[in-house]
Amino acid sequence: MFDRAFWEEIWMALSRRKLRSFLTMFGVGWGIFMLVVMLGMGNGLSNAVLGGFEGFATNSCFVWTMPTTKPYAGFQRGRRFRFDNEDIGLIRDNVRGISVCSPQLQLGGWQGGNNVSYGNKIGAFSIYGSEPEVIQVESIRLPQGRFLNTMDLKDERKVAVIGQKVVDQLFDKVDPMGKYIKINGVYFQVIGISQKKSSAEMGDNPDAKIYVPFTTFQKAFNSLNEVHWFSIIAEPGEDVARIEKDIKALMARKHKVDPTDENAFGSWNMQDMYGKMSGLFLAISGLSWSVGLLTLIAGAIGIGNIMLVNIKERTKEIGIRRSIGATPRDITKQIVAEALSLTFIAGYFGLLAGVGVLEGTRAVAGDGDFFKNPGVDIKVALVAFAVLIVSGLLAGLLPARRALAIKAVDALRAE
Amino acid sequence: MLELKNIRKSYRMGANILQVLKGIDLHIGKGELVSIMGSSGSGKSTLLNVIGILDVPDSGTYTLDGIAIDHLTETRSAELRSKYIGFVFQSFNLISFKNAMENVALPLYYQGVPRKKRNEQALAMLANVGIKEWAHHMPNELSGGQKQRVAIARALVSSPKIILADEPTGALDSATSVEVMDLLKRVNRDLGLTVVIVTHEHDVAAATQRIIRLKDGLIESSTTNPGPVHGEGHKPSVADVRP
Repeated sequence: MFDRAFWEEIWMALSRRKLRSFLTMFGVGWGIFMLVVMLGMGNGLSNAVLGGFEGFATNSCFVWTMPTTKPYAGFQRGRRFRFDNEDIGLIRDNVRGISVCSPQLQLGGWQGGNNVSYGNKIGAFSIYGSEPEVIQVESIRLPQGRFLNTMDLKDERKVAVIGQKVVDQLFDKVDPMGKYIKINGVYFQVIGISQKKSSAEMGDNPDAKIYVPFTTFQKAFNSLNEVHWFSIIAEPGEDVARIEKDIKALMARKHKVDPTDENAFGSWNMQDMYGKMSGLFLAISGLSWSVGLLTLIAGAIGIGNIMLVNIKERTKEIGIRRSIGATPRDITKQIVAEALSLTFIAGYFGLLAGVGVLEGTRAVAGDGDFFKNPGVDIKVALVAFAVLIVSGLLAGLLPARRALAIKAVDALRAE
Repeated sequence: MLELKNIRKSYRMGANILQVLKGIDLHIGKGELVSIMGSSGSGKSTLLNVIGILDVPDSGTYTLDGIAIDHLTETRSAELRSKYIGFVFQSFNLISFKNAMENVALPLYYQGVPRKKRNEQALAMLANVGIKEWAHHMPNELSGGQKQRVAIARALVSSPKIILADEPTGALDSATSVEVMDLLKRVNRDLGLTVVIVTHEHDVAAATQRIIRLKDGLIESSTTNPGPVHGEGHKPSVADVRP
């Protein structure tokens, strides 16, 4: 049935109208190219940005205080207040589902002046007063040394874990381990070096951070009984947003803040953020699919149109074939095979071009902060191909029916 | 071989209904060489199309080799055409993008004959009609007579029982016409095929055994050709059927 002559017939039919066949195929090829490239690029964005969350506990949140915006309990609006040491225990004891509640203090940071020095080198960095658990929230790893531990806090040791950027800036070819750096006039011994795990930066660049014990920070930098913010990790399965709300409510009672004052507390919810990002990429992917598929269908309709024109032109030829014994099935088979060949070849090259572009992009810009490993998985390619085949089938079947609707004798008379 | 009884066929031309065949009774025996004559519009081509199962009559019965040709599916019609009938057309109706051999082999393709075998048969048939050396030429490289020979070879290749020729010499000069007619006669004589030729040329009709004259959709006369055809010994004509 499908012997060489069959394909020769197809080839003859298509190659006799090379430009037309090419342009028609271009439509379909473009459709699948668009689909693949858009999905692949979307994946690239998604890989990079969602990958940026890697290392961060996505079930974490941060809560800090801000000036009140409503008068309450005799206080005027605009009152500044701070969390204090008492709040740590209060939150730990009263808010359900918290795995880590780590108080944090900060010095320097965003556009701060030079505050750290080693020898004659100086730099501006963010100093964090932290508890050991904070490493579960932050996206860092320690290639050298150790992180803060409970003994550091208990003994209020003047030790520091410094980021890679701090090392690069202050220590030129000197091993920083065990050296003393001066932070706002106080000496701290370097016990570890931290490096960021992922590209995303929540707040300051993790590599430009210096971690010192929470207790030491309070004494050394004049912030006794102060907590700047809490870093919270929820227990598995707990809703971070609910914990966030509970903490705010609890703290509002404690600090005599109007419970309806939405702006008295600032907070940042990683889960929320992650969810938003995931939603965004889902939307991008959905958009890619719909645009790609519609383009593909437009291409297939183009093929159907061209097949209609083809069979119209070949009415006589089809009449001749029928007069010498071609059955309707033979005719249908040929027309469908022509349409399928067009879509298949076009789809193949479109897919090839799409993957080629993705590979090229990957080679050129495949590992940035906002773009990483673009590509589509084989399932997507298969689905696209299935759509292609089905539309090709339709693009052949309908014109074939049209061709056979003409009686053989009329077809023969056509000029 | 074929028997038509009271065949009627009309076409709708806009608001008018054009009665083309108004009750044709015709019997053509096996191995006959028959010509159908008539002025244009007499219905001779329509009659040939009905005989060739390309067209379906409005009423009447048609029996081909004992098979009632009635209410056939298009597929069954195609099968019968493929098995019984070879067509030869005035305008040759070769497929322009296939060479002579491929054109001749095409009916065998639709019969499912393997490629090698059908090309062999096509070449043999081209040799038979005397244009073997043109086997690999495209139709537009052939003269009218050569094209018609290719068409005849194509009609013959599937071993049909009937050759239906619609004005086979209509597009040819007289010398070539004679050649083509000689070929059709040879087909009739040597292969024993029934040959029905529609023509309006008296020379062509004179070369056949029986002349059926059509006028206004009816058979006017059916006469057995008296004289010897081109001096060659010819078969005695089969008894004809009066309209």
